Amino acid sequence: MDDLRKRAKELIDTSAVKVVIGYEQGTGNKTRALFVENSEVADKLIFDSRCVQNLAAYVTKQEVKSKGKMAITATLPVMRAIIQLASEFQVNDDNLIVIGITPESKIIDFKNLEEVETYVHQFQIEIDARNREILDKLDKMTPSERWKFWIDELSPCFKCYACRAACPMCYCSRCTVDFNRPQWIPVSSNELGNLEWHFMRAMHLTGRCVDCDACANACPLAIPINLLTKKMIEDAKSDFGGYQPSLKGENLLSTFKPDDKENFIQ
Amino acid sequence: MIDSLYMPYLMRIEKITCEAPGVKTFMLKFVNEEDQNNFAFKAGQFGEYSVFGEGESTFCIASSPTRKGYIECTFRQSGKVTNALAGCEEGSVIGFRGPYGNIFPLDEWKGKNILFIAGGIALPPMRCVIWNALDTRENFKDITIVYGAKSVNDLVYKNELKEWEIRDDVRLVTTVDPGGETPDWKGEVGFVPSIVEKIAPSAENTVAVVCGPPVMIKFTFPVLAKLGFRDENVFTTLENRMKCGFGKCGHCNVGKVYVCKDGPVFTQAQLKELPDEY
Amino acid sequence: MNIERRLVRKDSLEKLFDILRQNKKTVFAPVMKNGKASFKPVGSFSSIAEDYIQTTQSSKEVIFPRVEKFLDYEKNGKEVSIKGFDYQSVTETVLWGVRPCDTIGFGTLNSIFNWDFKDEIFNARLSKTIILSFSCNKSDDYCFCTSVGGNPGSTAGSDILFTKLGADGDYLAEVVTEKGQAIVALASELFEKTESVEKEKFLANVPVKFNQEEIRKKLEKFFKSSQWVEQSLKCLGCGACAFVCPTCACFDIQDDAHGKIGSRMRCWDSCGYSQFTVHTSGHNPRSVQSQRWRQRIMHKFSYMPERLSVYGCTGCGRCSRACPADMNILEHLISIQEVKI
Ligand SMILES: Cc1cc2nc3c(=O)[nH]c(=O)nc-3n(C[C@H](O)[C@H](O)[C@H](O)COP(=O)(O)OP(=O)(O)OC[C@H]3O[C@@H](n4cnc5c(N)ncnc54)[C@H](O)[C@@H]3O)c2cc1C
Ligand code: SF4
Ligand code: SF4
Ligand code: SF4
Ligand code: SF4
Ligand code: FES
Repeated sequence: MDDLRKRAKELIDTSAVKVVIGYEQGTGNKTRALFVENSEVADKLIFDSRCVQNLAAYVTKQEVKSKGKMAITATLPVMRAIIQLASEFQVNDDNLIVIGITPESKIIDFKNLEEVETYVHQFQIEIDARNREILDKLDKMTPSERWKFWIDELSPCFKCYACRAACPMCYCSRCTVDFNRPQWIPVSSNELGNLEWHFMRAMHLTGRCVDCDACANACPLAIPINLLTKKMIEDAKSDFGGYQPSLKGENLLSTFKPDDKENFIQ
Repeated sequence: MIDSLYMPYLMRIEKITCEAPGVKTFMLKFVNEEDQNNFAFKAGQFGEYSVFGEGESTFCIASSPTRKGYIECTFRQSGKVTNALAGCEEGSVIGFRGPYGNIFPLDEWKGKNILFIAGGIALPPMRCVIWNALDTRENFKDITIVYGAKSVNDLVYKNELKEWEIRDDVRLVTTVDPGGETPDWKGEVGFVPSIVEKIAPSAENTVAVVCGPPVMIKFTFPVLAKLGFRDENVFTTLENRMKCGFGKCGHCNVGKVYVCKDGPVFTQAQLKELPDEY
Repeated sequence: MNIERRLVRKDSLEKLFDILRQNKKTVFAPVMKNGKASFKPVGSFSSIAEDYIQTTQSSKEVIFPRVEKFLDYEKNGKEVSIKGFDYQSVTETVLWGVRPCDTIGFGTLNSIFNWDFKDEIFNARLSKTIILSFSCNKSDDYCFCTSVGGNPGSTAGSDILFTKLGADGDYLAEVVTEKGQAIVALASELFEKTESVEKEKFLANVPVKFNQEEIRKKLEKFFKSSQWVEQSLKCLGCGACAFVCPTCACFDIQDDAHGKIGSRMRCWDSCGYSQFTVHTSGHNPRSVQSQRWRQRIMHKFSYMPERLSVYGCTGCGRCSRACPADMNILEHLISIQEVKI
């Protein structure tokens, strides 16, 4: 923790960045984002196992970006998100410095995003055992059982879009659900419309979702929507050999090749 | 049967006029005659027009309350509902809720000069009050209309402009932005604020009504101030995004004001009290 | 009317519930799912959740549903026929187990839906709803009802308020309205006469944290404060706070088309969304999140008291509990109170 605060102070005091995005103690037993703009505030920085909100969601937010160059304290999922965002031209070495945090809570200094990428590539995205079990169960269901499962889980969704807002990859200034010509997804919350919204989101995140669980953690109704993205991660693995965010921008589902063997694309 | 606030009147499109590229005027008649007889509105008010299956959209009532038996609206094809409306044919039935909002205080303007300043497609909210004033011409002194658009093609209500042009109880000044003129254009060339400054109407016993795109309004207000107009005598309309039209849905709320209830007509003095969220 | 006080034995609650069901009333009560309590129609007393501070969502959904259909239409060539709201479909509903900070919220909603034009659909639902509330004997750090004019045993907005007298005790029933009396009449044997009972000592202790009048006055000069950006930098701009709130009433109007037929409805909306104010031209009067957060606070603590003579917050703390970014409204209000201007 002291290392983290020291590093943040250094970055601010040397004017290397204008703001360091990290975690502080929140209310209740929660932690929350802290924006360090002067070194006294750096003393509020903390890091522990409760710090699971994906801070990468802030680097695309207008008012945060407008502060100037940012530094971000980043666990592995946050680093993955940063690399994915870099490959989509949302961040680069000129506007972002990554302060890595290892699973052992050690600080790693990265010179640039390439080093972050190298670090990230040492690890594969693995679905945790508890969710693995639920996915297996879902796989074994008949289509109608599965349909019922999703209708039951997703019907309560009131479309507050906290999941989208908390997701670092959902940064579109006009999301498909906000689009009304044509109205792809109904605005109001209803059974089928809710399925459409979540399936659409899962599709847009396939090959981009870094499996940070920020969406599910954000949902005020505790809807396990991350099962959808996790399932897509699994499918991407079996059908396309898996996903690893990469600065070279080879996106799994949005890469177009003129000589693609499928003809629907032409 | 009790209906709800959200129940629209059914209206038949009697006539469609193409005003300018992407701009149409609908003349609407109540499908149910009883609705027609019970309906009354005043200049400045608006309504929610709807294509069933597409949604509702806010336009002012562009015809004058002095013309009975129908209402008109003029809209620019720009989004979901306006596109659907543009696809409607004469004879089609659409929905209308209203009238909502406050009014231009024509009663208070009795015995005064009126200066209308409009830009682009903002003539519709004006047209209603202009016709209302012209139809009760004896109530007012000089009436001047300054109307500008990007190009000659973009001027709306061309027939009415002609009509106003030949009337000798109203002074009409039309202008187009530099570059928007045609070889046979006889009006002014220049932006609305500078034309207002050029013709320099007297502020003495005069109210000004300004409607148009935000930039035009922004540059016209100082010109009027320079000419001696007091903020209380300068009127405009706001276009905040609206859904319900009657002060419930929250969309149009700016400071303590619901634009749909307390507006859309405001004096510049009132606007100065409002946060800059319009 | 004067509040009538009765005693209801702890085993009688279930009997009361059964009598309500036998009288064909739909009963909405808190039910647990995925660790969150929410109001659902319940058929059996045993499925009602007990151990929670506050439901995740408020009970406003019963009177102001997330989707409310106004009309059905049918198109036939150029002709259209429409059918309005079906008032018959609004049946008598009992709301069981709401907290005082929700019941007060119904009064707030009532002001919004009736301050000028009268919203008959809202009124139909409100008039058909019987509100059986329960005082709070527990609270958490997110609760602040006492700072906004409420308290854990407030009867405002309830038809009957039950207060549990001790951990394993019976209930004091305060019958507040005629609707409440009608319920008593259905099961009069369960509502015993009682001597005056001190309920205060059984209530949760919620300390007063700020003065809302002071906040209101301060907000009049606070619009341009830099605090808004500081407070809201972590706000993600979702709708969670508005959707869980018992008093947020903003809505959108949408059509749902299925070929020739379809319907029109209102559905919840939030001033926190970036799209809430955007014009078709792309112009957005509230273009950044700090302006939208400011609107949330200003609307509740300045504009509403001014226009509707009610504050837009009952202190239930739901928005703070639900916020994915830990934007805590109480903390922000206290910091507004502390700012010197
Ligand atoms: C009081 C008032 C009077 C108006 N009068 C006219 C008029 O006479 N002629 C005309 O062409 N336009 C007028 N407008 C603007 C008009 O309402 C919008 O251009 C129109 O709603 C766009 O609808 P849409 O469905 O085609 O666009 P979309 O972008 O698909 O609209 C979606 C929704 O956004 C809202 N919206 C978008 N832009 C605006 C806006 N500028 N103002 C208010 N709501 C908006 C509406 O609620 C609409 O239902 C007026 C607006 C107001 C508030
Ligand atoms: S956060 Fe939950 S309730 Fe909100 S839109 Fe996402 S899944 Fe639905
Ligand atoms: S305050 Fe919290 S719940 Fe409300 S919009 Fe912001 S992030 Fe969402
Ligand atoms: S603003 Fe928050 S604390 Fe206040 S009533 Fe709404 S949800 Fe409850
Ligand atoms: S706080 Fe926002 S969403 Fe809630 S009622 Fe007020 S304007 Fe509407
Ligand atoms: S348009 Fe709904 S409150 Fe003004």
